[in-house]
Amino acid sequence: MNWRLWLPLTAFVAFLAIAAYSMSQPKDDFVRSEMVGEPLPYFSLPPAAEGQPGVSSTDFADGKPRLLNIWASWCLPCIAEAPQLAELERQGAEIVGVAIRDKPEDIAAFLAEHGNPYTSIGRDDLSEVQLGIGSSGVPETFVIDGKGVITYQHIGDIRESDVPLLLEQLREAGA
Amino acid sequence: MIAELGLAALWLAAALAFLQMAAGALALRAGPDSEIARLTRPGAVVQGALALVSFAALLYVFAVTDLSVALVAANSHSLKPWIYKVSGAWGNHEGSMLLWVTVMALAGGLIALVERRLPERTMQATLAAQGFVALGFYAFLLLSSNPFARLEPAAREGLGLNPLLQDIGLALHPPTLYLGYVGLSVAFSFAVGALLTRQVTPDFARVMRPWVLGAWIFLTLGITAGSYWAYYELGWGGWWFWDPVENASLMPWLAATALLHSVSVLASRDALRVWTIMLGVVAFSMSMVGTFLVRSGILTSVHAFAVDPERGSFILALLAIYIGGALLLFALRAATISEGERFSVASREGALVFNNVMLSGILAIVLLGTLYPLLTEAFGVRVSVGPPYFNPVSAIFAIPMFAVMAVGPLLRWRRDRWGRIGKQLALIAALLLAGLVLISMIGGIALLPLLGLAFALALGVASFLPLRGRRLARTPLATWGMVIAHFGIAVSLFGMASESAFSTERLAALEIGQATTVGPWQVELAAVGPQAGPNWTALAGQMVARYDGGNPVEIVPMARSFWAPPQQTSESVLVTRWNGQLYAVLGDAAEGGRWQVRLWWKPFVTFIWYGGGLIALGGMLSLIGRVAGDLKRRRVRRRARQRREDAEVPA
Amino acid sequence: MRRAVLLAVLMGAPLAAQDAMPPAPYAYRQLDDAAQEAEAQDLMETLRCLKCQSQSIADSDAPMAGDMRHQVRIRIAAGEDPAEVRGWLMDRYGDYVSYSPAMNVRTWPLFAVPGVLILIAAAVLFRRFRRAR
Repeated sequence: MNWRLWLPLTAFVAFLAIAAYSMSQPKDDFVRSEMVGEPLPYFSLPPAAEGQPGVSSTDFADGKPRLLNIWASWCLPCIAEAPQLAELERQGAEIVGVAIRDKPEDIAAFLAEHGNPYTSIGRDDLSEVQLGIGSSGVPETFVIDGKGVITYQHIGDIRESDVPLLLEQLREAGA
Repeated sequence: MIAELGLAALWLAAALAFLQMAAGALALRAGPDSEIARLTRPGAVVQGALALVSFAALLYVFAVTDLSVALVAANSHSLKPWIYKVSGAWGNHEGSMLLWVTVMALAGGLIALVERRLPERTMQATLAAQGFVALGFYAFLLLSSNPFARLEPAAREGLGLNPLLQDIGLALHPPTLYLGYVGLSVAFSFAVGALLTRQVTPDFARVMRPWVLGAWIFLTLGITAGSYWAYYELGWGGWWFWDPVENASLMPWLAATALLHSVSVLASRDALRVWTIMLGVVAFSMSMVGTFLVRSGILTSVHAFAVDPERGSFILALLAIYIGGALLLFALRAATISEGERFSVASREGALVFNNVMLSGILAIVLLGTLYPLLTEAFGVRVSVGPPYFNPVSAIFAIPMFAVMAVGPLLRWRRDRWGRIGKQLALIAALLLAGLVLISMIGGIALLPLLGLAFALALGVASFLPLRGRRLARTPLATWGMVIAHFGIAVSLFGMASESAFSTERLAALEIGQATTVGPWQVELAAVGPQAGPNWTALAGQMVARYDGGNPVEIVPMARSFWAPPQQTSESVLVTRWNGQLYAVLGDAAEGGRWQVRLWWKPFVTFIWYGGGLIALGGMLSLIGRVAGDLKRRRVRRRARQRREDAEVPA
Repeated sequence: MRRAVLLAVLMGAPLAAQDAMPPAPYAYRQLDDAAQEAEAQDLMETLRCLKCQSQSIADSDAPMAGDMRHQVRIRIAAGEDPAEVRGWLMDRYGDYVSYSPAMNVRTWPLFAVPGVLILIAAAVLFRRFRRAR
């Protein structure tokens, strides 16, 4: 028997195994940030809403862990996650917003309608911060610890079941 | 009523496919003269007719927009232009599978009807394999993708008015590829049949060759047209992205190209028996793997296709049975098939073998690059493999292949001396060297385009050398076919290299009346105004383009907005000259009353598709030459038999 | 939003105005220095648009692709090397963002297999032609 003749079949079986395994896995379209575990890169964003300060990376290194929420008034899932952000705020989370490619009047209207859980909101008109921290969509929520290091990334809108998870991550980041 | 008729015909066709499979398989035991063996051929013929009835029924329900058929309601609309109503029949998953299996059944019927050159036992085995493959597709259609399922109650209106899908290119492109896939499935059946009876002979190769050639022609046309479609439709001037869907169509082509050449060796020289069988299995498996990758949606691609995991699983199961079975058979049987005639390095076969190995290398690279992201995703890591990988790595095999391609057709079969073709070799080498030196003197050209241009030059001239010293009028059509197809490769390569080396791009925000330049072109934005079509409104940019200060050409690229469903497309405009294309796109409004304009000048880019057309033309000439030759031999044989019988009568 | 963008890209068309902001300054504007623009263009063709199905940022109308083109162009204009810009993005998005795979622990087979293929091809040809003699 010639072992070489079995090579095509072996390669094909390997392909089948991979294909079958991939079919059985739910499709994951997320591009995860490689910046988790890294300090925030330097940035400084102008304020996005009247009466609230803008956001700078230096704000984060004061010992208090925070949530950094990437959102926009034009994004539909952001409306869906607004109640969860309010709930997180009620439970003591400090949430910093970064509005992506957004106009001040649209931001004001969104906050008036869906509530404002943010302590400060920065305008990121060129997606600079988004690119800087490795976020690839809206909305996304990052946990930043008291030293300004990114410790967790949540991709997509925050569902009710995600709230305890984020609080837990926040608590860990504070420890 | 018509839909039920179509469904009934489909069930009957499936039953006959089973009959064909069973009768053919039993005939292997019982012998080709047994009662059961007499069922196989008629089974295949009737199956073809029934599949055709079924497909005609589908065309009918689409033509009259029968909205009580779920497939029609989901994919058609009463207001669609008639031609797109009909083409909508195969513009969806179920319909396209029915088209596929119909063509396959017709091909099976044709073989059963006319093919008498092979030993009957091999024919029985081949038809059994063919019935087996068809049966899988019938099962797929009937069990999970019934195209004739009714909707209760009927829909009031169809959902399929997507304007983007109303495109003549989209209507013709998939059937072209399916015809190619079906041709490869026939070649697969022949390979399995020959493997079962161990009769791998030159006759087998001659019988298989027209099917491989036909498949190859359609695949060439499909890829060429698909590439041009992506080029003008996507609006960014790219013509090949190494996207998974594109790779899925390229892989069967590469395998078919290798198969085509090894079949020729087997037919004329009785060599490469095992290798040909292997390629016959690989070529069909590549079309199945491609179909699986595209339809299961496990790879991300820029090209739209309805994806569904259940269908993906079904195709994967079919793939496992067909290809796994064939490869198992190959592993068990191939050792008992001798390799055939030997030959030396310096021979036509030697060159063909070398290029077969190179083609297989390219195929392996494309397969690896396409599947690797899938492999890493299984481990939770996402990677991207794109042009910067595929281009240089496939060139490792492509460059030696082009060199051997230039020389191979000059060599004699079996054994030759390099000295005999010394002058031609020197000419080719000189052309190559001159090309490299002269083109690199232009400066600023990357290595790959430089090599591409030089090899295109050398190969373009070398491809005509086999005609030297022949009387052109008496040169066989098949030889002309080879010459033209090889020349087409050179032309296409020239276009690709030139596009990559010399394209210039201009992005500009123009005021009305302002002009900009791209390459030798001067383009002025004369006006921007609204324009309305049947189901869209558009912003149309009136531009005046001048080549090198010559006569003005008016072009109107548009940004179209469709209503239902709401979508925006950019309608690019191409201005074609003999030496290239101007590609113009109107973008969004910029501040200060300006308009974004994207312009490209792409020297000789059209040669890419001209080359593709020449390759297909060469294939057609070959096919006509081969089939005409076969028919002639058939007539001669029949006359000889007649004469023999006449002679026997008085005795 | 993600889903909607996916669908829109799938149809080969940009989604009608997903945000009201004008594109970033260098999203659709070439650098004045032709050599730098050529460098940037070559680089952009090999960076993957993160919101699209399978397109480079040079081939996409998605706003985020425009913002990425802006980043690439201003960084090249500021004198950064294309490799540095690619590295900067890969530090953030991993291997996924680059169509030009870097050789590392996750991608080495992409580079090892072609080497093995060359050896196999050489072995196949050598065996066949040695026996022919």
